[in-house]
Amino acid sequence: MADQYILKMSDITKRFPGVLALDHVSLRVKKGEVHALLGENGAGKSTLMKILSGAYVKDEGEIEVFSQKSELGNPKAAEDLGISIIYQELNLIPTLTVAENIFLGCYKMSNPVKVNWKAVYQEADRLLEDLGVDVKSTDYIRDLGIAKQQMVEVAKALSKDAKIIIMDEPTAPLTERETKNLFRIVKKLKEEQVSIIYISHRLEEVMEICDRATVMRDGCTIKELDIANVTMDEIIRLMVGRELKEKFPRIEKQIGDEVIRVENLCAGSRVQNVSFSVRAGEVLCVGGLVGAGRTETVRAVFGLDARTDGRIYIDGKECNIRNPKDAISAGIGYVTEDRKGEGLILKLGVGENVTLAALDAFKTGIHLNLSKEKNTVKEYVSKLNIKTPSVYQKVENLSGGNQQKVVLAKWLLSKCRVLILDEPTRGIDVGAKIEVYSLINELAKEGKAILVITSEIPELLGICDRVVVMARGKVSGSLSREEADQESVMTLAVGAEERGKQHEA
Amino acid sequence: MKLKGKERKGTSYLGILIALVALCVVLTFASDSFLTASNLLNVSQQISTNFLIAIGMTFIILLGGIDLSVGSIIAVTGLMMGLMMKNWNMPVILSLLLGVAFASAVGLVTGLLITGFELPPFIATLGMMSIARGAAYTITEGQPIYTFPKGFLAITGRYGGIPVFTILIMVVMFAVAAYVLKYTKYGRYIYAIGGNENCAKLSGINVKKIKCIAYVISGFCCGVAAIVLTSRLDSAVPTNADGAELDAIAAVVIGGTSMTGGEGTLVGTIIGTMIIGVVANGLNLLNVPQGAQRMVKGGIIVLAVIVDVIRRKRSQKA
Repeated sequence: MADQYILKMSDITKRFPGVLALDHVSLRVKKGEVHALLGENGAGKSTLMKILSGAYVKDEGEIEVFSQKSELGNPKAAEDLGISIIYQELNLIPTLTVAENIFLGCYKMSNPVKVNWKAVYQEADRLLEDLGVDVKSTDYIRDLGIAKQQMVEVAKALSKDAKIIIMDEPTAPLTERETKNLFRIVKKLKEEQVSIIYISHRLEEVMEICDRATVMRDGCTIKELDIANVTMDEIIRLMVGRELKEKFPRIEKQIGDEVIRVENLCAGSRVQNVSFSVRAGEVLCVGGLVGAGRTETVRAVFGLDARTDGRIYIDGKECNIRNPKDAISAGIGYVTEDRKGEGLILKLGVGENVTLAALDAFKTGIHLNLSKEKNTVKEYVSKLNIKTPSVYQKVENLSGGNQQKVVLAKWLLSKCRVLILDEPTRGIDVGAKIEVYSLINELAKEGKAILVITSEIPELLGICDRVVVMARGKVSGSLSREEADQESVMTLAVGAEERGKQHEA
Repeated sequence: MKLKGKERKGTSYLGILIALVALCVVLTFASDSFLTASNLLNVSQQISTNFLIAIGMTFIILLGGIDLSVGSIIAVTGLMMGLMMKNWNMPVILSLLLGVAFASAVGLVTGLLITGFELPPFIATLGMMSIARGAAYTITEGQPIYTFPKGFLAITGRYGGIPVFTILIMVVMFAVAAYVLKYTKYGRYIYAIGGNENCAKLSGINVKKIKCIAYVISGFCCGVAAIVLTSRLDSAVPTNADGAELDAIAAVVIGGTSMTGGEGTLVGTIIGTMIIGVVANGLNLLNVPQGAQRMVKGGIIVLAVIVDVIRRKRSQKA
């Protein structure tokens, strides 16, 4: 029975200067199983997977693939053994087509000089068809949304005939429907005896799709589990190493007067006649599928994209918001979904990021009072419990959860009254998620009007006071907290879309 | 993983400072005439042009841009000032003010081309480089202007062997620029835009305005450099400061500023100009021919960037 393990990693140790990243970690994966690798950010999952995919070299330990000892010193060696990794940060070339990306580096040739493009595109189309995604092999990557790009990544891994596929947070940017689609593929791969190492912070998904799991914490293996025999709470306890009382903490708070009202907002084809309002102390969640126009709506509200029509009122007064500067002075803050691309300046320090939208507060004449700035930053770092060795630390060195708190601190410091959060917990670990939820609660209690876009329905239900659902650029419905459940939200998110398609047909 | 606290300032230019000191030590042993007051004062005067334009170039490169037009702007500005002083008999001070204003205006035009039409800085400044150089040849039909008024020459004159005003100009320009980068909102915005333009925009920063001003600053620095250079040479010719943009870019890069923007210090740039100046001076003292000198300079630029790349990789892994 020893052979049932397609992959055995034993006593893997990896040191970085000053850090013991992995301390005698073990991982065993059976043939044809979906194996979850669980742990908070910084637990060492990524390091372990980088060793498995050949990006890092282990310091100690043994790796056996197909019962053969293997060193896996470089990515090519791992690929040749049939190990493929789909990174969280997509690895595609925007200016090339889907097919060119899928087969990058291994194009079928008609002769030693000429690429057989026909075969390349046919093969790509076949792969995409298997995946059941609405992507053409001739599409350019730059024209695809993040969800579709993700699917191309999946197709790329499949094209390599991998026997072990590592998926790092594959569903983070996907909608429920796309996730279902991915799971269908995962199940199909399983039937074909492919093993999948599945990294995700969404435990619901892990419970649904995975057979076994390995839990890691602080660079050590904590436990190997059969998913069938554990509950989600047990897994969380193992991951965090402590009991988490509530996944979605709630607090008592007062809901006050209306702070922001958006009427008949139009912007491009993705935002049509959108109206909503948020009151002081209220958390309004915007649900819907990816591509429903939610991000586009808030971008237009924030002045990033041009409005073609519609009005925005703050405290009953109309605001002419033409650019982010106007939005900020009107009292709006915007935490974008793309933390690294839009939310932070990775090369700058924690302090410089936190004060970026509120430098005027530290100015006398033209002079910036740096020590006053530093003190204020320190205050926010401790208020938001941002784990950083100093206020000068570059934010690129912080974990996802702490980075998100830096973005939040920036908007808190800007004294915004309306805070828009777009997928605020994407790619951050369970512990940090709860901290973000608690922060949202506290901010609401302080009287801020909060708008949260989220594609995770449990999260949406867990934190909302009221829900607005969007589909195809329009508001398809509004639900009170009592009315909102998985089904009602999904019906509004999907139903409208289906109806829309029928009308077009 | 645990994080190690590191102060951002101070460490980034330590390496090149050591390199500069090492270079000076080597040259002291290689040539008797290197470590003499008169030679070092010569060096300070030789690097003055590059020093001044490299200040503006630091702003531009920190923003993630580039300015290829600086050498040409110096040439055309020098001729403009020459025309005003010599041919039109305008007062020296007024001529200089108008000259600097003219150079700043050229920078503004470049900035507007880049922000208004969204031209890549490389293309916009490449165009401006050619236009300004062409204008330099055109305004005096290729004729040089020389024997300037005494008041103008006094700017780079030596008093007790020391080029007092040249050094004063350099120190003041450096101090003001360093202050702006560190202690003003504008300086912070430069780093922010160079680090992540999208994030800067989202934080309410008027990116176009900041960029435009940076090109004006670069133009202004060229204007001041034109005064110093023309005065020192006592001649304005269309070929003045030919290739100066490359020296300025080299100084900034050797100084550790990232070509992609967002990271770097003015002190680094200044050390960079000193390294270039000291090397040129040292090679001259050692009678190395011009061709070989250029090869050495190219080698130093490449070496500096290699060292920088290695350093960055190390700090990322740690």
